[in-house]
Amino acid sequence: MSLLLILTILLPLAASLLIMVGADPRRAALGAAVANLAASLVLFFGYDRVTGGWQFLSEWKILPKLGINMTLGADGLTLVMILLATVVTLSALWVAPKVEKNEGLYYVCLLFISAGVIGAFASIDVLFLYSFHELALIPTFILIGVWGSGDRQAAAWKATIYLGLGSFVLLIGLIALYLSIPAGMRTLDLRQLDQMAATGAFHPSAWIYLILLVGFGSLVSLFPFHSWAPPAYACAPAPAAMLHAGVLKKFGLYGLIRIALPLFPEAMNDLNGLLLLAVIGNILYIGYVTVSQKRLDWTIGYSSVMHMGYIFMGLAALNMIGVSGAALLMFAHGLSVAAAFALCGEIRRRTGTLDYSELGGLAKATPVLGLLFGFAAMASVGLPGFANFAGEVLVFFGAAAYGPLMIVPVIVGVWGVVISAIYMLRAYRNIFWGPIAQRWEGLTDISCSAKWAVILLLVPLMVAGFYPQFILKMVGTALPR
Amino acid sequence: MNTLSLEIAVVALGIVLLLVEAYSDRSNKNYLSYLGAAGLFGVLVLSFFPMHAPAAGTPASAFITQDILSVFFVRFTLIATIVTLLMIPGYRPVLERYLPAERAGGGIGEFSILPLFVCAGLMWMVSSVNFIMIFVSLELATITLYILATYLRQNTASLEAGTKFLILGALSTGFIVYGISWIFGTTGTTNLLALPAAISTLPASAITPLLFGIAMVLVALSFKISAFPFQFWVPDVYQGAPTPVTSYLSVASKAAGFVVLIRLLAALGTVPVISHKLQVVITLLAALTLIFGNFAAIPQTNMKRLLGYSSIAHAGYLLMGVASLGSRLAIPAIGFYLAGYLAMTMLSFVVLTVVSEATGGDEISRFNGLGRRSPLLAGAMLLAAASLAGIPFTAGFIGKLLIFEVAFNQGHYGLVMLGCVTVAAGFYYYFKVIRAMYWQQPAEEGPIPVSFTVKLLIAFLGAGILAFGIYPAPILATLR
Repeated sequence: MSLLLILTILLPLAASLLIMVGADPRRAALGAAVANLAASLVLFFGYDRVTGGWQFLSEWKILPKLGINMTLGADGLTLVMILLATVVTLSALWVAPKVEKNEGLYYVCLLFISAGVIGAFASIDVLFLYSFHELALIPTFILIGVWGSGDRQAAAWKATIYLGLGSFVLLIGLIALYLSIPAGMRTLDLRQLDQMAATGAFHPSAWIYLILLVGFGSLVSLFPFHSWAPPAYACAPAPAAMLHAGVLKKFGLYGLIRIALPLFPEAMNDLNGLLLLAVIGNILYIGYVTVSQKRLDWTIGYSSVMHMGYIFMGLAALNMIGVSGAALLMFAHGLSVAAAFALCGEIRRRTGTLDYSELGGLAKATPVLGLLFGFAAMASVGLPGFANFAGEVLVFFGAAAYGPLMIVPVIVGVWGVVISAIYMLRAYRNIFWGPIAQRWEGLTDISCSAKWAVILLLVPLMVAGFYPQFILKMVGTALPR
Repeated sequence: MNTLSLEIAVVALGIVLLLVEAYSDRSNKNYLSYLGAAGLFGVLVLSFFPMHAPAAGTPASAFITQDILSVFFVRFTLIATIVTLLMIPGYRPVLERYLPAERAGGGIGEFSILPLFVCAGLMWMVSSVNFIMIFVSLELATITLYILATYLRQNTASLEAGTKFLILGALSTGFIVYGISWIFGTTGTTNLLALPAAISTLPASAITPLLFGIAMVLVALSFKISAFPFQFWVPDVYQGAPTPVTSYLSVASKAAGFVVLIRLLAALGTVPVISHKLQVVITLLAALTLIFGNFAAIPQTNMKRLLGYSSIAHAGYLLMGVASLGSRLAIPAIGFYLAGYLAMTMLSFVVLTVVSEATGGDEISRFNGLGRRSPLLAGAMLLAAASLAGIPFTAGFIGKLLIFEVAFNQGHYGLVMLGCVTVAAGFYYYFKVIRAMYWQQPAEEGPIPVSFTVKLLIAFLGAGILAFGIYPAPILATLR
């Protein structure tokens, strides 16, 4: 089984290698993605929840004298994230349109992002958690720059510089964390770090938490480090936006759950006010910015930044309910935003524009596309029946249990749901309802493959919405009681 | 075998090849590069046999040492020279274009042989523990490099580069001799190992002249490693010199400069009065070099100039390591960084040689659409740029990680923060090359042919970047 976990990282890389030596890009990529989804399902259901803890372990010594090893393994939270990654990868590759130029490179870039993010989730050693995430940097740059739309070059530069700087800040934080461990015991292995923190063997300073928060925060577009995200997502080709906003961005949150929660409980508690200010910025400020957007791609881009606020709020609750809710919301948001970007790409391919003022009544020409978009919009708003709702409710409950500091953020959060409803319903109405312009009457409906790719995203969203325990039980194995 | 025998073998190889060149009628001089590379490979193999340092008390022991640093960098120099020699056949069309030839291939052969003498000089330099020996080996290397830099006699850029290099190199030679004489005048020794003991007996009034001498030597070494503010020759010389020479200059010659700097600082580090002052100077040098190299690289449009500024930038990161010599891990970190730097810089120069020959220029815009014209070359350049920028799973990342770790460990928080900003700047200018290769349209279509030697070099250097980046333990083990 531990071999299967390694395979989930290697399969996308192997497929990219095949593409480089001349295999059919789409077939090789889809083959790897299907196999990967199957593997992640086997791992998901093969995980022994009764025993809990890290399973499917494997380890290679990299710098044994420095205590740095490449250790792979998974617990419930990891497997939820890997499931998310494989589902979104398959869907993203599936909706990818026919690529005119350099098709091989396109799929290689997508596969590298996928491999990197799965590797990051499966790493127990923090250095490799970081390293795998960075695998996505260059592919994203190429994907947005070559196949993007709009002002793609500026967006690609901005995202690359921002993410590059953010991840080096993160690296400094990790080095600081490493050096704060007494010499002789130094390690970056999460299991040992947790143990040391639990036994009180080391007390990293609150400064390190702040550096990590800024580093991880800029990768997750935490307010005020968010400005790279909306243009990058608006300009990126749909599959890249799906993978990036859906999965890759969750890496920063995953890192905070893995590192900050167990190692810095006191610092997190002391500095919670600061994080909550950023959360309010994310929900309220970005929320209103989203309402003012005039194009669908920017609306979804900003909304994905806004929704990060809820996940951060769950983390800031510092209790089991809040963090479980945050994890569920990570899963749910990943799927719903991927669906939204997939459909956004489908609309763009048909109409060539996403401007609300030019669109309208599209549901008459493309009923299935309209229906699916309706589902994605409802999920994004957090309607009951979708996992987003369950996640948000848990986050609010967890946050409310934290104490008086949370009163304002929770009120803002609930108001934020209204804001989401405003902009998502408005987008839905402006694009799909009302009188249809004559030039849109001949549009073809969503293709069969794209339809199923989106349904692939919506099914787990509803399964987890009606039966959140499906995810929560797994997540629970990873969280301290 | 004595350690000196390796250098002697290299010099002998050079002399033999000069004779072969003189007596052979073959107009295709590529065989000289291959012979030289094969010979150096033999020396490289020899270097793995047990060697003994000159016995204590013998005259040689006052000049030459054998330690981890020298063993590592002797091999480093040999590998850098082999790679350079193998780059030369691909560069031959340029040589033929700019050299007046009475007969076919005339005057080209020496271009493949002279690097051997530079190599011998640098090998001596990394093992020397005496100012006299450092000076002599430095001159052997530098004077040969003057010839190589100005080799394209009918190309004004090359002539300009050679002249600038000669004048500024001579100036730095002046500095080092002057500094050595002050140090010798105050302490009475030129031996680095004997220096701490000699200083400890000095009266307080002698410290100032001694510091002056050390400062002069530091100035000369800063020229060598292209640290700010002694970096101004770098962009022009790098741009004008023949590409293989540029790559050799930026890798081997710079590494040797760092070894001497490390030896000097390690010797003086035991003397508190001086080491505190030096610490400040080196930290300042590191900060200024980081800022200048990285920010001046941003607007560059010429690939060779860009790599020149990038080499200044990397000198900044290396100086961060030098400033942290107090850490046990500092020397392995610097050595590792340089090993990775060899692979990534030389790989970019290998690709640059082919691309500029195929497109007729060194500008970054010549790389436009390379991803379509030659996926292999573009992939190699992508790997090199990723490593230079410091993306994980490449040698450049582990190098930066180790350097940042030792700097942090030694409390250079300011440098570390600055390093973060300059790394972001680095992302910008290295990604400019990636942008050209993948985003832009090629000026002309058609694949670019890649010779077998170049493929071999790409495979070797690319494998080095990835192997060091994924499994750095073996190379670090040789450095402690």
